[in-house]
Amino acid sequence: MDAAPSHRTDNTQSGTPLLELSNITKEFPGCLANDQISFRIMPGEVHALLGENGAGKSTLVKIIYGVLKADEGRIAWLGKDVSIAGPSSARHMGIGMVFQHFSLFDSLTVLENIALAATDERDRTKLRDKVLEVSHSYGLPLDPDRHVHSLSVGERQRIEIVRCLLQNPKLLILDEPTSVLTPQEVERLFETLRQLAAEGCAILYISHKLEEVKALCETATILRGGKVVADCDPRVETARSMAEMMIGEKLQAPNRAGRDGESIHRLVVSHLSLQSEDQFGTDLDDVSFSVSSGEILGIAGIAGNGQTELMAVLTGESVVPDNMDAIVIDEQPIAHKGPKTRRSLGAAFVPEERNGHGAVPSMPLTENALLTAFRRMGLVRRGIIDGGKTRDFAEDIISQFDVRTSGSGSDAGSLSGGNLQKFVVGREIIQRPNVLVICQPTWGVDAGAASAIHQALLDLAANGAAVLVISQDLDEIFAICDRVAVISEGRLSDTRGIKSVTVDEIGLLMGGLHDLAGSDGTGQDAPALAEAGHD
Amino acid sequence: MIRLEPRKQHSEAMIYLTPVLALVLTMITGMIIFAFLGKDPLVALYTYFVLPLSTTYGLTELVVKATPLVMIGIGLAMGFRANVWNIGAEGQFTMGALAGGGLALAFHDSENALLLPTMIVFGALGGMAWAAIPAWLKTRFNANEILTSLMLTYVALLFLSYLVHGPWRDPAGYNFPESRIFPDAGTMPTLVEGSRMHFGAILALLAVVGGWLILAKALIGFQLRVVGVAPVAARYVGFKEKRLIWFVLLLGGGLAGVAGVSEVSGPIGQLIPTISPGYGFTAIIVAFLGRLHPVGVLFAGLVMALTYLGGETAQIEIGLPAAVAGIFQGIILFFLLACDVLNLYRIRIGWRVRHGGAA
Repeated sequence: MDAAPSHRTDNTQSGTPLLELSNITKEFPGCLANDQISFRIMPGEVHALLGENGAGKSTLVKIIYGVLKADEGRIAWLGKDVSIAGPSSARHMGIGMVFQHFSLFDSLTVLENIALAATDERDRTKLRDKVLEVSHSYGLPLDPDRHVHSLSVGERQRIEIVRCLLQNPKLLILDEPTSVLTPQEVERLFETLRQLAAEGCAILYISHKLEEVKALCETATILRGGKVVADCDPRVETARSMAEMMIGEKLQAPNRAGRDGESIHRLVVSHLSLQSEDQFGTDLDDVSFSVSSGEILGIAGIAGNGQTELMAVLTGESVVPDNMDAIVIDEQPIAHKGPKTRRSLGAAFVPEERNGHGAVPSMPLTENALLTAFRRMGLVRRGIIDGGKTRDFAEDIISQFDVRTSGSGSDAGSLSGGNLQKFVVGREIIQRPNVLVICQPTWGVDAGAASAIHQALLDLAANGAAVLVISQDLDEIFAICDRVAVISEGRLSDTRGIKSVTVDEIGLLMGGLHDLAGSDGTGQDAPALAEAGHD
Repeated sequence: MIRLEPRKQHSEAMIYLTPVLALVLTMITGMIIFAFLGKDPLVALYTYFVLPLSTTYGLTELVVKATPLVMIGIGLAMGFRANVWNIGAEGQFTMGALAGGGLALAFHDSENALLLPTMIVFGALGGMAWAAIPAWLKTRFNANEILTSLMLTYVALLFLSYLVHGPWRDPAGYNFPESRIFPDAGTMPTLVEGSRMHFGAILALLAVVGGWLILAKALIGFQLRVVGVAPVAARYVGFKEKRLIWFVLLLGGGLAGVAGVSEVSGPIGQLIPTISPGYGFTAIIVAFLGRLHPVGVLFAGLVMALTYLGGETAQIEIGLPAAVAGIFQGIILFFLLACDVLNLYRIRIGWRVRHGGAA
């Protein structure tokens, strides 16, 4: 299916642009989100909007979709200046948008969810026929009568897309649509999008995944710091050249140092089952794996397959009272113990959410440093906080991990996502843990900070710690992990050496094919696999 | 057009300015109310807020009223920091007064110098016991402490009423619902000759210092603050939320209990059906007006004490109804909460300039 991008290049050369933005500027307090942004989209064009988190992509598309108002600048639709009053007028003009976070009601059926948004078709039977017709002709299979809570994330996204397509859009905006999909689902989505483009619907594709943009898009506008820094043709650029345009500096590939010395199992999880505390959560079902000193184990998987529950049970936020051997840190069974005991054994944890979980946004960095480190770093004596020592420790983190801030007294909430993540990761790493469990280490983090964090994790492992990375980002897993397992519906696949596994295989496991690795002839027992996966 | 614009970081200056702003607005509103009541607003304002402070006796009375407010307010402020909403300090105050006062009545002919210290300890224990009930209900059954502590207040008040009307009534008191007068050994020493200002004021100051030390320097204070603003982070680090709930409720109950026993062994000197003009409830306003900070609570306690004192003076001097004190207290809290929006938002006046975007 390479037909679509190649045969319509001439579209971009002439004619009236479908959408033309000139000098769009939007300022938030203390942040110029969009600075004089101009670009145009032709009918039938697949246009990528590239940029790091915080580059201003979301603000820009919210302006196009009428959610936000620009402070300055003009928007022209089919050659005429327009003012987009709100999302509903954007839809009437022919702009559809699929948000990164879906707005669906779990307890309603697919058809009911669509009916809620499709304002111009009141007759339920006719709507049903339309839904079936659209879903059939675009290869988006959907059962209108299923309840949303029983659907996978990929299927939920289809509802959103079908909902947009019912309005016959001339422009379809997709915000990071593939972050929740398996590689196979991504390929199917691309086929649908190419078909749409071939029929003349323009697509504005927002992403930071460069290989996808190369595969799908014919033009790309690259944003950095709220400004357009380049317009390019992704098909002739390399992923690396686009990445460098995005971050504005040379990209450093993570440097893997060789390990030496014998490796010991530092974190062993065996037959861990746990019912989720959350009604819509995922139960963990017989999860087993082990992480040895000096290695990084990656756990891949689509969000909502038990990662939250696994993370909570590893940090000690939820405990397994009746099976203390389910989690063993340095030969100590601790599944029944809380975070304090685990940390005292040398474990450290970085949760996915920085704000309010890994850090307290309304407290200064000094107190955030104190939060997890007061015992291990001896910052508290007889119940009294040693203010000077705490400040020194916070300043250590700031300087060693290059955290950009006005000082250790500033509130954690005033830091950008990437800087706060560097601070949180740094806080855990400086404590020299034996075991580090980290969830989504570079989620919402700019590429510069991401590569610094990756390097820090590799260095920590090289110094003999066992590192567990739970991530949805396959690129990240392939970049830093030694072995990988996939979590799906609360079950963990066997662990595989990273060099002996392909993205496609991981993708199939992410989609729920639990037995693939087993049928492959690899061993079942996690500790045995640990050796098998090493070299 | 007036718009509210979110601030990037909460305003440090506004945290200290909003209580002052709230007080100014309260005074303006007060003048309007005085005018409607047919009084000269300036004279009324003078009588309410300045006249009570013009004599030494007035100043000592201010301290007498501020003493329980500050003591209770410190405990409540620490609880509120941890999102523990103890609304029942009035009940804990009463139970403290009963526990300490009961001891004084049991030893009504004692001259032992240890009586008063023991009464203070009993007062603390009485208040703690009463606060332990909501603490247990919350940690065991997740029962909302706002409701349980508030309801227990009425139980405590009725219990006091029962005791002074019945078993603890002064046998030589002509059937008035009052207990015996406490013995000298069970009475708070006064600090200024001829005034009612008593040793409890020193205890209140100690509570301020102790509260500040705990919140600013101690690990447990840090834990309380983290639980308050980021309970998920507290769980991630392993702070024991239940233990903190117990700690902060017992601390608040204990301080309210000491305030209660100080009151009955100080200015009152016996148990009577009404031992508090709502100190336990007013202390909630004190805690917020003081920004949940111990030093702030000290100043806020003095300000709220003035509303009581001013109410009495205004009643005597210009015949304003006694309810005015309660109205002032309510208005202060109202304006304070309203002004707090300025911590997170700034006011922008004028139309936003926008170019283009229009068809």
